[in-house]
Amino acid sequence: MSQEHTLDPNNLPKDPAKSTLEGKHKFLGLWFFLGGETVLFSCFFATYLALKNSTAGGPTSQDLFGLELVFIMTILLLTSSLTSVYAIYHMKNYDFKKMQLWFGITALLGLAFLGFEIYEFYHYITDYGFTFRSSAFGSAFYTLVGFHGGHVVFGLSWLIALMVRNARRGITLKNASKFNTFSLYWHFIDVVWVFIFTVVYLMGMVS
Amino acid sequence: MSIASTQQKGFWAILWDYLTTVDHKKLGNMYIAAGAFFFVLGGIEALVIRIQLAKPENDFISAGLYNEMITMHGTTMIFFAAMPILIGFMNAIMPLQIGARDVAFPFLNSLGFWLFLFGGIMLNLSWFLGGAPDAGWTAYAPLSIQSPGHGMDFYILGLQLSGAGTLMGGINFLVTIVTMRAPGMTYMRMPLFTWTTFVASILILFAFPALTVGLFLLMFDRLFGSAFFDVALGGNSVIWQHLFWIFGHPEVYILILPAFGIFSEIIPVFSRKRLFGYTSMVFATFLIAFLGFMVWAHHMFAVGLGPTANAIFAVGTMAIAVPTGIKIFNWLATLWGGSITINSAMLWSLGFIPSFTIGGMTGVMLGATTADYQYHDTYFVIAHFHYVIVGGVVFGILAGLHYWWPKLFGKVLNEAMGKIAFWFFFIGFHLTFFIQHFLGLMGMPRRYWVFLEGQGLDTGNMISTVGAFLMGIGSLVFIINVVYTTVKGEKAGNDPWGDGRSLEWSISSPPKEYNFKQLPLVRGLDPYWIEKMEGNKKMTPAQPVNDIHMPNGSILPLIMTIGFFIASFGFIYQVDNNLWLIALFGGMAIALGSMLARSLVDDYGYHIHKEDLEKEVD
Repeated sequence: MSQEHTLDPNNLPKDPAKSTLEGKHKFLGLWFFLGGETVLFSCFFATYLALKNSTAGGPTSQDLFGLELVFIMTILLLTSSLTSVYAIYHMKNYDFKKMQLWFGITALLGLAFLGFEIYEFYHYITDYGFTFRSSAFGSAFYTLVGFHGGHVVFGLSWLIALMVRNARRGITLKNASKFNTFSLYWHFIDVVWVFIFTVVYLMGMVS
Repeated sequence: MSIASTQQKGFWAILWDYLTTVDHKKLGNMYIAAGAFFFVLGGIEALVIRIQLAKPENDFISAGLYNEMITMHGTTMIFFAAMPILIGFMNAIMPLQIGARDVAFPFLNSLGFWLFLFGGIMLNLSWFLGGAPDAGWTAYAPLSIQSPGHGMDFYILGLQLSGAGTLMGGINFLVTIVTMRAPGMTYMRMPLFTWTTFVASILILFAFPALTVGLFLLMFDRLFGSAFFDVALGGNSVIWQHLFWIFGHPEVYILILPAFGIFSEIIPVFSRKRLFGYTSMVFATFLIAFLGFMVWAHHMFAVGLGPTANAIFAVGTMAIAVPTGIKIFNWLATLWGGSITINSAMLWSLGFIPSFTIGGMTGVMLGATTADYQYHDTYFVIAHFHYVIVGGVVFGILAGLHYWWPKLFGKVLNEAMGKIAFWFFFIGFHLTFFIQHFLGLMGMPRRYWVFLEGQGLDTGNMISTVGAFLMGIGSLVFIINVVYTTVKGEKAGNDPWGDGRSLEWSISSPPKEYNFKQLPLVRGLDPYWIEKMEGNKKMTPAQPVNDIHMPNGSILPLIMTIGFFIASFGFIYQVDNNLWLIALFGGMAIALGSMLARSLVDDYGYHIHKEDLEKEVD
């Protein structure tokens, strides 16, 4: 299948991310991958639910969690998902500068989220002595939330690499699908966080 | 490239070619070759187990070594022999069957292979680095947490590496089947092997992450001091059992469904009839896959989940017999009234039907919860799962090897040796495992290193050991056959069986690197058969001869894998010495660096030009 990799301004495809065979493959492949990721996080959630009261005499979820911090984190990550939607909107209109701008805002929001998460972990460890090793609850909490945080780190590295690499090249059919798959991945991370917010923090505060 | 130009290359050029290849056919052959190597290793381990159990209170090997043998036999056979060989078939054959020129992600395909291979090497290196894993292939916590030395760590990281590779393979096959079918190849015209590849890939996609999580928890407990399975800190070891079997039960369908697919290809060809009940076969495949996710707790009846949970899982388990029964009857009905040729591929298929049915029957027996308390952890269970896995999967693999050998390597395997191998293996198989049903019912527990004299177990165990050696002879004859055919075999034509029905038989054996010069037009189920019935020698092309886009080879998948491999050693040994963190971070840097390199450097592939294609003969 021969594909044009440079864009003809008079004949722009409607959706640059899915106009090549390679782009279609990546789109579908990432969806399948997210299916597998769903199982991965489901297993971490199940483990967490099974162990959340196994505090072994250490701090419990009621002792630890404060909703203010988690609320700010949630707002940051949800907003970053919205800004990535704007970025993809501009990509489909071939407005490269605006796409970069909105992806830039997405990256900043993601970094801010990550900063808060690192602060949160630091706070638990230094102020409560609540670590990965202190109880089964601790292990399950840091593993679930930490794997999500790891996904954020990977997503940010991915986004920054894409933005830097393509800074001077503009939108092409080759990189449009890459930006698009990134945004799908980023939405998934956001959805996982919504569940973490509910299952870990909200349920941890009430029970 | 054609065969002639391959032969002119030097050894290093060929080696480089294989290290960097992204061609699905070469990768398929590499999967099969590596899987066969691990099959021999696992087979030797099986023979050692059987020698130890040949007579009462034998002291052929020590108790500790026996534990290592059973663990490595199970792990090797499931993860590094059966699965890779089947994935090899999927790789080599499935794109040909749907009329595609490659898989959707050739680079990922190569990465998946190398991860599998290095995972297997990792696991087996444990023999030389202080002892193999010894907590059983199921690695139940807390035994696997307390197992001394680094054996279990090699198990964890070896499976983690190869599991990642398998997941990539699954996603790759799914996308390939959805997007790359030739014109006219609708879903309900796909050959059954393609269907089972599709469904097994769905199972891989949704089952392997559960294993990934389980292995992470085990790794964190063993290497980083977490407390998932440490009861003193509130941990719960049953979590491992759930995660393992949420993966583990679909895993047996990941193995058996492609084998079902292989039989569904072979039986119609050698009966000269179309597959009976094609639609119901597809439906049954999906139903088995769906139910396969609902029954994991039947491995845990004796844990104490309670009568309600046990009853639900018992019913689900028995329900699987229905779609499986549909398949058995469809194969029988395909044979019925057919013009049957009995050759090696067909012998393995015919041997499969009764053998697998026995295994399915004992499966229903084991599914009856109350009775299961009697069977649990006895040789009855061993007999059951060897009947389904050897009688189903291994027979399927051997049938598939005979059937597709000409397509993979361009030569037909020797028939006489094929039949000798079958009879040795088939008789040996039943001798080994049939008697084990009774040993189990008499109370012989599994995983025990010795049994006592005078408990009625002596003769049965001796018979079982003799049978194992007959299977060994059968395997040896097959290997001799492979060597003999490679040296002396005659070149095969496009359609060596004469009655090939699916697209792979319409192209040369082995196929050109681009598979189809022109994509074929598919006009129905069994497209090549339809064309032959209308007197055509070739498929009707769906497009004119044009430039063909091909992916570039790359060494990056291998480098990436070596990075993860080094990092795995870092993970294992950082417990002993912090200096190993250098290996951990260094390995990760290599792996992530090559991922970045792959992402930053655009790879547009190359084109085989129309003019060159027109010069090639079909």
